[in-house]
Amino acid sequence: MSYIRPSFRHPNAEANAKGFARKDYEAALSTLCAGCGHDSVSSAIIQSCFELGVEPHRVAKISGIGCSSKTPTYFLGKSHGFNSVHGRMPSVATGANMANRDLLYVGVSGDGDTASIGLGQFGHVTRRNLNMSYIVENNGCYGLTKGQDSATTDIGSKSKKGAPNPFEPIDLCALALQLGATFVARSFSGDKEQLVPLLKAAMSHNGFAFIDVISPCVTFNNTAASSKGYEFVRDHMEATGKIDFVPVRSEITADYKPGFSEEITLHDGSVIHLYKDGKLDCTDRKSALNAISEYSEKGQVLTGLLYVDPDSRDFHNIQQTVDQPLNSLTEIDLCPGSRALAAINASLR
Amino acid sequence: MKSIEAVNEFVIRFANVNGTGSASANAMFGKSVFRMGIPVSPKNIFPSNIQGLPTWYEVRVSEKNYLGRRGGVDIAVAINPQSMAQDMTDLNPGGFFIYDNTKALDLRLHRDDVNLIGLPLTDICRREYSQARQRQLFKNVIYIGALSALLDIEFSVLTDLVGAQFKGKEKLIASNIHALELGYQYAQDNFSCPLSIRLERRDLIGDRVLLEGNDALALGAVYGGATVVPWYPLTPSTSVIEGFEKYANRLRIDPGSGDRRFCVAQAEDELAAIGMVIGASWNGARSFTATSGPGLSLMSEFLGLAYFAEVPAVLFDIQRAGPSTGMPTRTQQSDIFAAAYASHGDSKHVLLIPADPKECFEMSADSFDLAERLQTPVIVMSDLDLGMNDNLCAPLEWDDNREYDRGKVLSAEDLDNMTERYGRYLDVDGDGICYRTLPGTHPEKGAFFTRGTSRNEYAVYTEFGDAYVKNMERLNAKMETAKSYVPGPVTYKASKKTRDGVIFYGTSTDASLEALDILAEQGLHLDALRLRAFPFSKEVTDFIESHDRIFVIEQNRDAQMRKLLIIECDLNPKKLLSYVHYDGMPMTALGVSGHIGEVLGKNNITPIRKGKAGAKS
Repeated sequence: MSYIRPSFRHPNAEANAKGFARKDYEAALSTLCAGCGHDSVSSAIIQSCFELGVEPHRVAKISGIGCSSKTPTYFLGKSHGFNSVHGRMPSVATGANMANRDLLYVGVSGDGDTASIGLGQFGHVTRRNLNMSYIVENNGCYGLTKGQDSATTDIGSKSKKGAPNPFEPIDLCALALQLGATFVARSFSGDKEQLVPLLKAAMSHNGFAFIDVISPCVTFNNTAASSKGYEFVRDHMEATGKIDFVPVRSEITADYKPGFSEEITLHDGSVIHLYKDGKLDCTDRKSALNAISEYSEKGQVLTGLLYVDPDSRDFHNIQQTVDQPLNSLTEIDLCPGSRALAAINASLR
Repeated sequence: MKSIEAVNEFVIRFANVNGTGSASANAMFGKSVFRMGIPVSPKNIFPSNIQGLPTWYEVRVSEKNYLGRRGGVDIAVAINPQSMAQDMTDLNPGGFFIYDNTKALDLRLHRDDVNLIGLPLTDICRREYSQARQRQLFKNVIYIGALSALLDIEFSVLTDLVGAQFKGKEKLIASNIHALELGYQYAQDNFSCPLSIRLERRDLIGDRVLLEGNDALALGAVYGGATVVPWYPLTPSTSVIEGFEKYANRLRIDPGSGDRRFCVAQAEDELAAIGMVIGASWNGARSFTATSGPGLSLMSEFLGLAYFAEVPAVLFDIQRAGPSTGMPTRTQQSDIFAAAYASHGDSKHVLLIPADPKECFEMSADSFDLAERLQTPVIVMSDLDLGMNDNLCAPLEWDDNREYDRGKVLSAEDLDNMTERYGRYLDVDGDGICYRTLPGTHPEKGAFFTRGTSRNEYAVYTEFGDAYVKNMERLNAKMETAKSYVPGPVTYKASKKTRDGVIFYGTSTDASLEALDILAEQGLHLDALRLRAFPFSKEVTDFIESHDRIFVIEQNRDAQMRKLLIIECDLNPKKLLSYVHYDGMPMTALGVSGHIGEVLGKNNITPIRKGKAGAKS
């Protein structure tokens, strides 16, 4: 947590393909606690958008309520943002997306916002395959109300309050897979190398892309006995494989050993490169579900890309809406006029 | 016994079993009166059930053009054994009780002061049809045929309706007409037709149309440019969305691609439905949802967000009898408080109150202009009576030169031409409404963070009390501005100068207007005002100030509109009297006139007891 951001930038700082500098993706200073995992996620979002060459103003940031939901103020300052009500980010994002299919929708939520009050909306936005990136900053506790356990807190995990959690946790990735999510990943706020390519792939995916990011709460849930603390996650993290994301039209320069890699081409031509060791098949939903429970039983956290359906059809495809954003249609496109109304009147006599 | 004599001025009530196909046969009766040029007002009184419970269809026929419920029944078509005792009790003396006499009428039901018309419906069906379903369905058509003879319905009007209903299905047309003939013939052979209550062709409909309020709301939304339509099924609001989809599928398909210029989404609940409306409206599309009381309760938190964050939202509330699940298929006007002040904290919402389908159409289209102009939720307050019954009204009209009022939205060019700093919540012209920008408009300028937390004029989070108060005061100023945008009240002047008045709104209108005529005949004159919107404009307070006693007529227990007037217009409560009717059935003219007549009569005449006391002493 710092109060002043130096205005100095490296004079040779490179611009991305669209001519934007990294600072074009930055925003207000964070007011979260020093060392909060969420700030690392914000920083990863900034880096991902910069590297993808997204036009900042073509992104809509939407969140619910809680520490995580505050973060859209701290990235992409040139984008419109909407901090809605607790647990209801999915519905606001759905409406926004229905109105304009041409923007990139980034939803940020927390474990309370998604796994408790917002579990219903989370389930249904997943089913709808809304074209958005849904990021949960999962710290296993309620930070803003001072550290109560959340629905993702593991059994026996102890927060600063000291009492072990007695209830079954909700695994949001497993849930998303069961509900038909077409892109599911898990990552760790402390592992930018993994998180950034996952975010880039999620943003390029045509459909609902879910990333559960374990993001420790330094103030209330970073104890040695917490399964969402920095120490535990670092010690128990297993990756499905190293991941590289190659945006559309980029020259593939990644250096990988042919026998250990897999390429997944997304609808827009971007490519996900996976350097994996046979832990799971990322295009098989069942394989992903099995792998999650297998690692969970071992007390380990499986991270990385878990599942992707590269042929996914999003909500607009399913609904057969016109290509033009609905919010750009005018009277000429929308109003049937008085002649049609006269015919309707006649049918009502 | 004296039979009721009436031409084109009566009430007929059909009593049926839900799910037996009676609705379409009964609708044919209503439509045939309309087609004979006589004003008609049919009301479906149905249970919250799919099959088996009692259902009624009450039709007011009135060449004097009274379209509300009158009170009382002149002809009962008692097809349902479950409700027969009640149907007999409700019949006016001198009325006609039409029933299936295959089985003899229960002796306990006999009344000396009504006419019994027995039709052997079950017998005829047993003789004519072999399948059980046919027997059930055609029974309804047969009694319509009998009514044709008994009430003088032109037979060709009925056959035309059958032809239109089953267009292209010749077999069905022939069998339905045969069933009509069976009933017609039986009545002709066994009774002196027509009865003393009957129909006679008139030319009193003009160019008017017959449609349900929900259908009109749906059409208004199509014409008003709504594209994003999330919803959750809830009686009696469901048919608004079904109507929208029906018309949009006909009128909003892109001719080149065949794709839809709209998106209807069935949400997981009402919270999600209004959340989607808010998301879409924030993003510059016109969006609405429809619900009823239980949904409105769920939407409260989101409505507060839209009010405070100043996001347009359109909601159609088709009111039903509450509280809680209440009577889901019965009508009421009981969401006034819940809608006007939906959500915690100081919040207030714009309400529009239509009284007929034409107003439903207009207010539906207008609500999108208003929501975007005022950047706040606009709730159209209809109800089950208006929404789910065929209502006679003037034809729907649309001005092809009309442009949508998208309100204060800055384009990229506007932002480029701005010299001062853009403030999302900065009131630059004193009307309480600030300029908004839509996501994706400009690469550098105009982005802001929409939030339900307090913020300053530049949309930056703040907890400074002064900034919070200033913002809340501006929201109040915006509500003042709203008064000049919402439709004003309609006033009706009594034929004689009076200091007494009535105020009513929505579906309390027809019965109230008829009651005023009844009262005038008794020498009691009252001016009237029909509310059409909240917040109340000056015309409303002027009307109240220029009268000494005012009855507020409405359909809820707590006299919610009366209390809203008292609170919002800072009135002396004693000045506003009340007539409420809230049994779930639409109110009746006789109920209104009876109550007001009694109150005014008491106050105008010297009480008898007082006079007697003086004489005794």
